Amino acid sequence: MTTNTTAHESHLATTTGLDHRKLLMWLFLASECLFFGSLIATFLLYKDASVVGPQPHEILNIPVTSTSTFVLLTSSLAMVLALAAVQRNDVVSARFWIFATAFLGATFLGFQVYEFYEFVIHGLTPKTNVFGASFFTLTGFHGAHVTVGVIWLMSLFFYSFRHGLPAERSLDVELCGLYWHFVDIVWVVIFTVVYLIGSLEPAAT
Amino acid sequence: MATAVGAFGGADHAASKSGVWSWITTVDHKRIGILYGVTAVTFFLIGGFEALLIRLQLAEAESTLIAAGLFNQLFTMHALTMIFLAIMPLGAAFFNFIVPLQIGARDVAFPRLNALSYWLFLFGALLLNSSFIFGGAPDVGWFAYANLTALEYSPSSAVDFFALGMLVLGVSSLAAALNFIITILNLRAPGMTLMRMPVFTWMTLVVSFLLVFALPILTVGLVQLLFWREFGMPFFSAEAGADPLLWQHIFWLFGHPEVYILILPAMGIVSEILPTYSRKPLFGYSTVVFAGVAIGFMGFAVWAHHMFTVGLGSIALAAFSASTMLIAVPTGIKIFNWIATLWGGSIQFTTAMLFALGFVALFVIGGLSGVMHASPPVDTQQQDTYFVVAHLHYVLFGGSIMGLFGGIYYWFPKMTGRLLSEGWGKLHFWLMFIGMNVTFGPMHLVGIDGMPRRINTYDESMGWELLNQIETVGAFIIALSVAVFLVNFFKSVKSGEPAGDDPWDGRTLEWSISSPPPEYNFARIPVVHSNEPFWDQKHPELKHDAPPVIAGGADGEAEESIHMPNPSYWPIVVGFGTALAAGLVIVNPWLASIGAVIGLLGIYGWVFEPAGPEHH
Amino acid sequence: MAEQELHPAQAHESAHPSPAKYILIATYLTLITIFEVLIYYVDALQDYFLWIFLVLSAVKFYYVAMFYMHLKFDARIFKTLFIFGLVLATFIMAALLLLFSIII
Ligand SMILES: [Cu+2]
Repeated sequence: MTTNTTAHESHLATTTGLDHRKLLMWLFLASECLFFGSLIATFLLYKDASVVGPQPHEILNIPVTSTSTFVLLTSSLAMVLALAAVQRNDVVSARFWIFATAFLGATFLGFQVYEFYEFVIHGLTPKTNVFGASFFTLTGFHGAHVTVGVIWLMSLFFYSFRHGLPAERSLDVELCGLYWHFVDIVWVVIFTVVYLIGSLEPAAT
Repeated sequence: MATAVGAFGGADHAASKSGVWSWITTVDHKRIGILYGVTAVTFFLIGGFEALLIRLQLAEAESTLIAAGLFNQLFTMHALTMIFLAIMPLGAAFFNFIVPLQIGARDVAFPRLNALSYWLFLFGALLLNSSFIFGGAPDVGWFAYANLTALEYSPSSAVDFFALGMLVLGVSSLAAALNFIITILNLRAPGMTLMRMPVFTWMTLVVSFLLVFALPILTVGLVQLLFWREFGMPFFSAEAGADPLLWQHIFWLFGHPEVYILILPAMGIVSEILPTYSRKPLFGYSTVVFAGVAIGFMGFAVWAHHMFTVGLGSIALAAFSASTMLIAVPTGIKIFNWIATLWGGSIQFTTAMLFALGFVALFVIGGLSGVMHASPPVDTQQQDTYFVVAHLHYVLFGGSIMGLFGGIYYWFPKMTGRLLSEGWGKLHFWLMFIGMNVTFGPMHLVGIDGMPRRINTYDESMGWELLNQIETVGAFIIALSVAVFLVNFFKSVKSGEPAGDDPWDGRTLEWSISSPPPEYNFARIPVVHSNEPFWDQKHPELKHDAPPVIAGGADGEAEESIHMPNPSYWPIVVGFGTALAAGLVIVNPWLASIGAVIGLLGIYGWVFEPAGPEHH
Repeated sequence: MAEQELHPAQAHESAHPSPAKYILIATYLTLITIFEVLIYYVDALQDYFLWIFLVLSAVKFYYVAMFYMHLKFDARIFKTLFIFGLVLATFIMAALLLLFSIII
């Protein structure tokens, strides 16, 4: 909500020459680094601390997650192409790429729902052990961020039919894009830390 | 619709300026500042009342006045109320009212977000305190250590009220902090470079950055705490392989920056007051600024000094001990700068000045007892004793509260157009200064003697009764001083002496406009040439180079029209929905969706509300 | 001071990369991800997994942040703010892992 202020503020001259909203978005993302950093730290502390299984290496599915990672990375490409289209006043392509981004984001969420479902079937719930608790909290909060992004993208999509997406308002799309790419790079870190590194069998000490 | 205000306001606009509705929908930073201030003082009274009950119980050995369970609620809520509902919002009151004036801006960067911050603060505070009605307030200490917060040991909803109330307050503070950073970076008057900003504005900036980076860490901890209690996710259950110490780390990763969040605003205020009443520029302006920034940075590297007795291992002890000692250096630099500012000045002992001087003196005592704890062996002796209580009250009462009261006496004329009575004010200061030392001074002694914190009573044979009685007397002297302040406040609001625009011969931009300032603050945005622009304009003879002129002030020629943001009721809707959702989580997490729907509708209305002139 | 080095945001807009460049970067990102997954199944490299994965994901992170998020072309203050948050988060993570003896 903090970013969806109307254009009023952006028309004022600012000391730094930078738009209030863009500065706000970057500051918010810097703050989010600490949020996800704390969740990832908790996961790393707890991933091999569970007293009962399943343990990470017994359950994490690398091929499936690699595919969903690819989907999310592709959505970032669609997002930059959407912004580029808006900036050259090409509302039809912009609309297409915005929708594509949201669609790929929703696909990613579908993968996540499938993954969670599989884990529960195989006996890993958020309550099962500390790995489950920290895993579901971290990836769940990431999924919640993706959901917010999809809603935001779809709002832009429908908004474009009523009001168009003129190049002067490209900042609206750019802000959404910044958020979306950030959620994407958080996933880059999660994929590496949780899935690739997290699923290695702990060395016997 | 947009409101275009000429220099002296339109007639129809004046009509919308009074009444409850105008306060509910206000997006004016000055009004929001006043709302913050009044609410914070109210909670200061509530927190003080809790403190008096605590002192009454401890005045007598083996007293049975207050049951142990209630006593736990009282000390927990006293801390939470004073920290989050009194000191922080009182700082926010000054950020709101003063910072835009000091940087020559007409409002904050996001006026409606600013209103949202206030409403979230108010509703979060009410949510936290409503726990007294719904089965008991939080009783686990303000840091709420695991395992005490486990469902087995805290079966009531008290801990959930703590976690959810703190989450709402956290969102409020985060929104405010983001807003102030953008405001300070982006809305400075022409010529006001970063190194020309008043020190109070600088400290606001540092505090806001601390909040932006510390609050998300606390948020994660609170979410884990809630998930642990509500859904049985074993975040802090040792039997499941979790480490309850993780909570302590997460809490203090936030908690130590938090103590600087509490003290830096007061330091900023004192850095404004001392030069004004010494009639000298602040000694070593850039040193004071950089010391504040250094404190902010280093504040993230010392958190484990709150955990010296949990068994961190000797390397961690040494590292955190060293970093804690190091952080005393920039603090010491500031103290030397303040003293050097006084040196050779023509000092006026106004009430505000007395509070600032009291701040310096008491903060030195609190700082010295604090740096003692940097040594792990010493800390091990003092951990959980009244010595720590003495230390933290010298810093938070002698420091933050004294500084903030100084700010009230200093800026009250700007806010209301009237002066607070100096006679009542000096009585207030001396009663508070004496009362504070009588209350917290003896705590050093009983603390060194081993009296533990957070106990509801003690054995007569321990020999602590006399000192405790003295402390209780001191607490009532403080209460009397606060009563004197309230009398002064209400008398002066109604019939105080008119202040004029610049009662103190001030040095910064807020004194260049009328008191109280017009809605748009500056008829013409001033142009700034130094870090004491108003002083330099008034005293061109003191400058060697060409006298700079700031074209500010309400008496200046107005710009053709000034566009101020429209009032909006969406902030209170979003704030109410969010707090309601948080409160309903305690009843049933699914019910929370009711609040969430209200909040989302509020956001929807917010986004599509025309806020600016170009939308009609 | 810092703001004097900042130029109006408009000055940077022209420097944005072309769609072809965006697609090229997407290809890199995909290739790196495929490479990561392939390495994951090579047991001989197990001892180096940690470092390989950290470096590869850092590269992906860099490309998205610098090009897709335009940090490379935008005003420096954005980079400063974001990197500050990133470094602080990394520092805290490392400190916690050290304190809990997960690393070393
Ligand atoms: Cu501390």
